[in-house]
Amino acid sequence: MAIAFTINGKAATTDAPADTPLLWVIREGLKLTGTKFGCGAGLCGACMVHIDGKRAYSCQTQVSDVNGKAVTTIEGLSVDSSHPVQKAWLAERVPQCGYCQSGQIMSAADLLKQNPKPTRDEIVEHMSTNICRCGTYQRIVRAVERAAREG
Amino acid sequence: MTTHDRMLQASLSRRQVMIGAAGLSLALAGVAPAGAAVIAAEKAGQALTPWVSIAADGTITILSAATEMGQGSMTSLPLVIAEELDADWDKVKIVPAPTLEKIYGNPGFGGMMYTAGSNAVTSYYKNLRLFGAQARRVLLINAAQMLGVPESELTTEPSVVMHAKSGRKLSYGEIAAKAEVPAEAPPVLPEDLKKPAQFRLIGRDVMRAELPRKVNGSAQYSIDVQVPGMLYGAVVRAPVEGAKPETFDETKVMAVKGAVKAVALPWGVGVVAETPWAAFAARREIETSVTWSRDGKAWGFDSDKGLETFAKAALDPNATATDWFKLGDVRAEMPKAAATFEAEYLCDYAYHAQMEPLNGVASVSPAGDAAEIWCGTQSQTMAVEATAKALGIAREKVTLHDTLIGGGFGRRGPRDMDFLVDAVMLSKAAGKPVKSMWTREDDVRNGRLRPLSAHHLKAGFDAAGKLTAWQHRLVGDRVTPFIDPVRYNAAGKKDFILMLGADAKGYDVAHQLVEQVYEDTGVRTAPLRGIGFTANKFATETFVDEIANRQGIDPVQYRLALLAKTPRAQQVMQRVAQMADWGRRRDGTALGAAYIDYSGTQIATIVEIALDRRAGKITMRNVWCAIDCGVAVQPDNVVAQTESSIVYGIGLALTERISIKNGAVEQSNFYDYVVSRNSDVPPMHVEVIVTDNHPTGVGQMATPTITPAVGNALMAMTGVRLRHAPFTEERVKKALG
Repeated sequence: MAIAFTINGKAATTDAPADTPLLWVIREGLKLTGTKFGCGAGLCGACMVHIDGKRAYSCQTQVSDVNGKAVTTIEGLSVDSSHPVQKAWLAERVPQCGYCQSGQIMSAADLLKQNPKPTRDEIVEHMSTNICRCGTYQRIVRAVERAAREG
Repeated sequence: MTTHDRMLQASLSRRQVMIGAAGLSLALAGVAPAGAAVIAAEKAGQALTPWVSIAADGTITILSAATEMGQGSMTSLPLVIAEELDADWDKVKIVPAPTLEKIYGNPGFGGMMYTAGSNAVTSYYKNLRLFGAQARRVLLINAAQMLGVPESELTTEPSVVMHAKSGRKLSYGEIAAKAEVPAEAPPVLPEDLKKPAQFRLIGRDVMRAELPRKVNGSAQYSIDVQVPGMLYGAVVRAPVEGAKPETFDETKVMAVKGAVKAVALPWGVGVVAETPWAAFAARREIETSVTWSRDGKAWGFDSDKGLETFAKAALDPNATATDWFKLGDVRAEMPKAAATFEAEYLCDYAYHAQMEPLNGVASVSPAGDAAEIWCGTQSQTMAVEATAKALGIAREKVTLHDTLIGGGFGRRGPRDMDFLVDAVMLSKAAGKPVKSMWTREDDVRNGRLRPLSAHHLKAGFDAAGKLTAWQHRLVGDRVTPFIDPVRYNAAGKKDFILMLGADAKGYDVAHQLVEQVYEDTGVRTAPLRGIGFTANKFATETFVDEIANRQGIDPVQYRLALLAKTPRAQQVMQRVAQMADWGRRRDGTALGAAYIDYSGTQIATIVEIALDRRAGKITMRNVWCAIDCGVAVQPDNVVAQTESSIVYGIGLALTERISIKNGAVEQSNFYDYVVSRNSDVPPMHVEVIVTDNHPTGVGQMATPTITPAVGNALMAMTGVRLRHAPFTEERVKKALG
């Protein structure tokens, strides 16, 4: 039976096997390639999305687990890169290769939703789920602080 | 005429200027070496792709010859053209250059299209300025005719030609719409180029061209490419280079729903499937059933034992060694030394861990005689040539679409393009376009590593204690002959990827000798961010610290004395010492310093560490870094790249290590190959010292400074010297006793 959920506010179905990682359905089935494959093991955070408003590793989420739920990807965070986190990411010139940044931004947006005024330590702890091999960590922290400040 | 002027004239005589339908296009070929094909094409009036096109609406399209992997070249190189063209940056559109080496080749790599070694700006800078200036002159000549005034009365403001006397002006778009190409090449001399004080773009930060796409998910990497009718591929590669698949359970592989075809390849077994999940499920069936031949050299190799063998060879005066670098005469001077000092250092294999697992997309024609490929590659030339070679076709039959790169660090430029040819061969076998993806586990196990190495250093001093002789015997796993036999042979069989950085460059040491004891374990190796410098500067910058300690001299003061003849080096060392407040004693933390000259870039680093003695855990508290890369084309990007290379260096210093058992990599994912996370990174304080020197690289220069600086800090704190990198908790605990 097809699995049905919403993605970025639109209805979606898939006939992928129930245990298929949500990541691959998003990327190759729904062709929303902003969500990245990095490790396939919930270790790097490149695949981070929001499920019912909370962050989740899409590589560790079986597609059957989102049946009836709302999934948001980087493409759905805003229609015009106007989310405060996206604006702050550009203002602080965070990305380098950029590959991990969708996941970083989704993690940061999740943090600010839960905790609009995080301390520096809270930011570092929350963002340590996400690896950036270009080492943009200092700018990530600055950008989260800016997004919290400028809203 | 000076040599420089002659080169300039030669370059300009090969220019090509074209009038395009929609405006003015300028193909200013002239990158060394002399391009016979370009000259021939020029004589025949054949259109080549231009560097710069100016449309009637004022849009200026500039081609970017370097690939973009986060280092910013996609912005910096076109910006150099735009500077001399005096273009309005807001009207510039950047497009990746096609694979045409005669026009777009990197002068720093013999004209090949290859982005590596942090040298894109360094190597292209001079030519791009000339091309930009020449394009500007074509506009001026045309504007002079259109306005009926002498060219000498004209000046430019961004994208506008001004005639001050009459107050008239023409936009670049207006000129381009009607422009004619002058019969004679408009000469441009070095004195016609802008002075640094006149720069409007160089030295002022602009938004990197592709950054907006990197915050909304629209940036496209090769793993994101989707081609109509595309299938998905996965390949289980041999654990040891050279081994071939013997048997595998094809029935089980094909029993996976969605599996289309199993494909035996010379280097592994692949599968093509309708979906990525089917491809990965079938891949698991291959993995559990495949058996390998014993071809390949690395079978039986164990890196712990191998390193012991290397270390013995480093100390054995009778081991066969070749001279890599010689200055003065160490063999004559060392025996005369009033005192000598010797030390040994060891360094492990390391893995790139770029965030985008390696992949490629290929569409091979049904007859197998042409291919279209999509690839995030550091070398367009190698991608095209490796594909042509794999299919046995002419390179002209290969069309490359190079994409943004999810991290390179040296892994995406091997001569054989291992990750791309998987896709090519699977597409050929399936008769359909294929996206072939490595899992992270594939990426680690098929890693091509920073080599294993052992270092024996010996210093000779005169009666006054002055360092007069420097000998470094390096035993390391070969890199260049494995990863790029073409460049290895072109370099006279010099393993430069392994050996660079082993001398005492920058320091005033009259007699230097660096020797290589060649080892070939059969293990896969590659340039990794910082190449030989990461291991070699760990050895040399620790050694300098040890010498300072033995002489009872402050390590920063000792370096400053050795740098007396290189003022730019002294300046970065002095500045970083001020930034870190080097002389101030800390409570519970300690400082360590390192300096290097990396391809002309001067960089000095001081780190502050804390230590949990019981756990053997070193924690980074602060990193200060002063860097002089000459002209800083994009200063904030110099800072960003330096922060990036510091973080990479922290991982290499503390946790990143690959071990080999029976020829194969033991690690497999980020749980056993541990890279730096946000919580591992301390405040980083980077200062760019801008000078008018020719710009040199910034993409990896701080990386090799971190390991020695951390070890030197631990010495300052505990009196214990760490001699084996990385400084894992286990090793630190053992060293502390």
